[in-house]
Amino acid sequence: MSQKTDMKIPALPSDKRSSFLARFGIWIVAAIVLAGLPYVFSSGLAVSTMCMMGTMIIFALSYNMLLGQTGLLSFGHAVFFGLGGFLTAWAMNAVAGTSSPVPLFLFPIMGGFTGLVFGIIFGAVSTKRSGTAFAMITLGIAELVSSSALILRHFFGGEEGITLDRTDMVQVLGLSFGPQIQVYYLIAVWCLISVAAMYAITCTPFGRICNAVRDNPERVRFIGYNTQTVRFMAFSLSGLFAGIGGGLAAINFEIMNSAQMGVGESGAVILMTYIGGIGNFAGPIIGAIVVTYLQLMLSDVTDVWQLYFGLLFIGMVMYAPRGLAGLLALQQPLLQTRQLHHVAPYYILALLPGLVAISGLSMVIEMTYQLAVKTAAGPAMVFFYIPFNANSPLPWIIAVILFAVGTWLFLRAARLAGDAYSQALAWRKLP
Amino acid sequence: MFEILFISTINGVLYGMLLFLMASGLTVIFSMMGVLNLAHASFYMLGAFFGFEITLHMGFWAGLVFAPLIVAGIGMVVERYGLRHVHRHGHVAELLFTFGLTFVIQEVVEMVWGKLPVDYRVPASLDFSAFTVFATTYPAFKIFALLVSVVIFLALLMVIRRTRIGLIVQAALSHPDMVGMLGHNVDRVFMLVFGVGVALAAVAGVIAGPVLVTQSNMAGLLGPILFVVVVVGGLGSLGGAFVASLLIGLVQTYAVAFNISLADVFGSSPLSGDVAFYLDDLWNVTVAQVAPILPYLLLVLILIFRPRGLMGTNNR
Amino acid sequence: MKKLVASTVLALSVIGASVVPAAADNIKIGYVDPLSGGAASIGQIGLNQLNFIADTANKNGGINGEQVEVIGYDNQINPQTSLVQVQKAIDEGVRIIIQGNGSSVGSAIEGFVAKYNRRNPDAHIVYLNYGAIDPVMTNDNCSYWHFGFDANTNVKMAALTNFIKQRAEIKKVYLINQDYSFGHAVADTAVSMLKEKRPDIEIVGNEFHPLVKITDFSPYIAKIKASGADTVITSNWGQDFSLLIKAAGQSGLDVNWYTYYAGAAGGPTAIKQADMAGRVFQINEGISNLGYEPAENTAREYGARYKDAPVLFPRIFNTTAMLFKAIEAAGSQDPADFIPKLEGMKYASFSAGGDSFMRKDDHQLFQPLYISSFGPLASDKAFDEEHTGWGWNKVGEIAAKDTVVPTTCKMKRPG
Repeated sequence: MSQKTDMKIPALPSDKRSSFLARFGIWIVAAIVLAGLPYVFSSGLAVSTMCMMGTMIIFALSYNMLLGQTGLLSFGHAVFFGLGGFLTAWAMNAVAGTSSPVPLFLFPIMGGFTGLVFGIIFGAVSTKRSGTAFAMITLGIAELVSSSALILRHFFGGEEGITLDRTDMVQVLGLSFGPQIQVYYLIAVWCLISVAAMYAITCTPFGRICNAVRDNPERVRFIGYNTQTVRFMAFSLSGLFAGIGGGLAAINFEIMNSAQMGVGESGAVILMTYIGGIGNFAGPIIGAIVVTYLQLMLSDVTDVWQLYFGLLFIGMVMYAPRGLAGLLALQQPLLQTRQLHHVAPYYILALLPGLVAISGLSMVIEMTYQLAVKTAAGPAMVFFYIPFNANSPLPWIIAVILFAVGTWLFLRAARLAGDAYSQALAWRKLP
Repeated sequence: MFEILFISTINGVLYGMLLFLMASGLTVIFSMMGVLNLAHASFYMLGAFFGFEITLHMGFWAGLVFAPLIVAGIGMVVERYGLRHVHRHGHVAELLFTFGLTFVIQEVVEMVWGKLPVDYRVPASLDFSAFTVFATTYPAFKIFALLVSVVIFLALLMVIRRTRIGLIVQAALSHPDMVGMLGHNVDRVFMLVFGVGVALAAVAGVIAGPVLVTQSNMAGLLGPILFVVVVVGGLGSLGGAFVASLLIGLVQTYAVAFNISLADVFGSSPLSGDVAFYLDDLWNVTVAQVAPILPYLLLVLILIFRPRGLMGTNNR
Repeated sequence: MKKLVASTVLALSVIGASVVPAAADNIKIGYVDPLSGGAASIGQIGLNQLNFIADTANKNGGINGEQVEVIGYDNQINPQTSLVQVQKAIDEGVRIIIQGNGSSVGSAIEGFVAKYNRRNPDAHIVYLNYGAIDPVMTNDNCSYWHFGFDANTNVKMAALTNFIKQRAEIKKVYLINQDYSFGHAVADTAVSMLKEKRPDIEIVGNEFHPLVKITDFSPYIAKIKASGADTVITSNWGQDFSLLIKAAGQSGLDVNWYTYYAGAAGGPTAIKQADMAGRVFQINEGISNLGYEPAENTAREYGARYKDAPVLFPRIFNTTAMLFKAIEAAGSQDPADFIPKLEGMKYASFSAGGDSFMRKDDHQLFQPLYISSFGPLASDKAFDEEHTGWGWNKVGEIAAKDTVVPTTCKMKRPG
């Protein structure tokens, strides 16, 4: 299973004199942004959403340690997320109300530890193989664990799951962690620590060997490394971070449920990571934010959001296999050479017909849905604030024309944009 | 005891052959194209719904012929305009492409046929009981499914082992350039193979639809059991898939017949205290209770101890 | 659909506030149930019924002169997503949450609402549960802010065993249930209640099978047959029920089935396909064809509007009717004001006007329960199920007072 993605890991700072700011600047900026976000998006929903995004960022990044960095496609990553969450919940319930001196913000360590332990156990089994066989073993393990979760009713709490109360912990600095905003900062801190740690791992020799195992396992063996050991270590570490994410999710929602380690959750993390971009460290972060947001909000807009979601995913796999982050990374050389303003107009030129084509397609989908599924509501519907009747042929003709013309123009404009892009890059090469 | 063993054997064989019917297309596609089609169950579902729709208007037998043809057409379009495009991004991209396809097919089916089960009936010509053993009747339709399954197995074996087409297809997998230079259109070969593979899934859908439940979530609920069959048998081995289907069918059916738990064998739990409280559930679980989970255990064990599967030829 | 344009706006802002601000004093009901994916067939029916009820109420001048507004939130039947959706509803000014699919989701919402109200003393959110029937919700985990309108597992089993008590022909019972907490709860109560009420009945099997993992039920049917049972009790739902019944029909198993969910989506179709007229019984809070005029009028009106899925859940009508009655009695739509009116409320149930009451101790509704069998309908009965031509026929009725079971609830009341 060879993966032809080139990793964009910034080179280690070779310049010893590189200042403190250049090296840690990005993390300081990230911390300031995280601290300021709740002041910009202050509604209860926004804070809850950002809390969920934080846990998902850790989860998706930990998954990318497997898929993106080491080339291992796993279908059971939610197992570690879930087990981490359950053990965190049990640990918290065990000390709740007692005079235990462990404050709340240390409990995600329990999740991480659990993730690591199970990562070692299941990793020892599954990383003997790579490629499709590895994917199938993870699928089997995921099925076994989620089935056992239903049978072990006392530990996993049956259908209703395990509930906990995060305010029952010993309070430090007067933080009760009752208000969601305090939990947000807890998650933000842990998110920052985890992201930094995972980034640091990619920069170590171990991180590089993982990339090598992904790209050319035979050569790695020739130079004296055991690829199985490398896969095993990557798997265990990724379990560790997934467990931290799970622990934070348990604290955030104050409930853990066996659905949280099911096949659906494992599928969601694949979507996040891939849509964000597996070839770039920032990809899964973008993916976690975008996908979580769409999962929560798109359902307000349309009932068939999963169809759009599937189409988006297939489109990404076909035309943008490096994900959203890959698309952004393409612009980097343009920025460096200050050529972006030459290309940007072409992007807009391509974007407009693209939007027209998408609106035509979604009009067809929504009209079909109105006629096929929402028959009780009748053929009258509203799209883009424009009311019309889905029974008459006119809207169908308009939709098809929108789609066809939009697609045609988009393809032409995309070609122009591509030309402009390569021309702008060629500029750079001139002296 | 003899009675339950005898009945279990019949049930196990019938179920195993139904599994093979569903999984045969998956193993065909994998053995010839090297692609594990995660959307296989979705094509199976499409087959069931097309079969249902055609049965309404033209009868079951027309459905059995036309539904697989339609699905084969859809499959070939997917291969031509999707999968082939993704192929150059590697195997992970191919797996993910078929993964995305499952969402789209499910939503489209929901839009066309709704989310509730449809009333897909066994055809009147096969709606009688074939034989009765120990007061248990076996419907003719199940015997029909078994026959179709065996016929498909033999036909596939013949085509792959004994015909020129099979030879070209297998050569195209390992040496596509060479086959291309010999004047064969490799792309078209792959397109046809994918079409045949999903058509087999559709045949399974048309036949299993009336026996099971024809509903828009049937693909998801079938779950990964088909991958278990294909992997346990040895990826890409048709004979292996056949043996594995029977094995899984029999294991699962026999397991249901036995109500033995660890507690029955070793007495009550040796542990005490809190740990025992939580592990008690596991200690008292009977073999029958976990029967449908056993295939997954088999999957993990096989991949650890015999990675190429029961009858696989390589370690791909 | 109405707001597709919002998708672009949405990409820019996290807040995603509703585009059309609603009038401030509407009675807002947040419906948190699956509206996409496979489970949406049931979730959508619930939303249709709430919309129908709201439109009817608004046509008659609203409740206390205020309009009723129903807002759907898609929880994708995932507990954690549900909590974010509840938060979204609260942000949009909703104080009444209605949910009913899945005890996992129900328990999550019950816990969330209780904690939310405790941590935000000004907030009064009430959770009206029309279908999650895990007994824990009105026992150990009961909450002042939760009301259960469907009979929970224990209540249903109490009623069912009271019915079985009078049926002398039942001698050997086989239990088959899904292997998770709900299936075990049903099996355990069945064993203990049968032992108490009919000690002569022999329980010849107590089977559990994994949840939605079985494709072929014939081995289980063979086991039931070998046990010599004359009656099977099952709480299976969805595919696990349909496949079980079809497998039984195919192998000619001759038993009666007492079920919890034979009437759920797909069940009637499967029973018809298995050709088991009069052999499958269900217990629930009401069926069509009880001959009660108000209910039948509503059903006709509803069926005319929603031709596709003319399925009626009486529990939703009970839920909203009692809610409206409480709001009217309190003269306020603040849950803190109307909850005391709901507690202990007496009410004539939707299906046939039978006496029901909301027990104050645990917020569990007790109502007449009906045992019905599925088969061809007499000519005077109009309502069939899932276009099968067959329908539910009443075979027994258990009055609310005969379904009362004790509770372990120690309710914490605010203040």
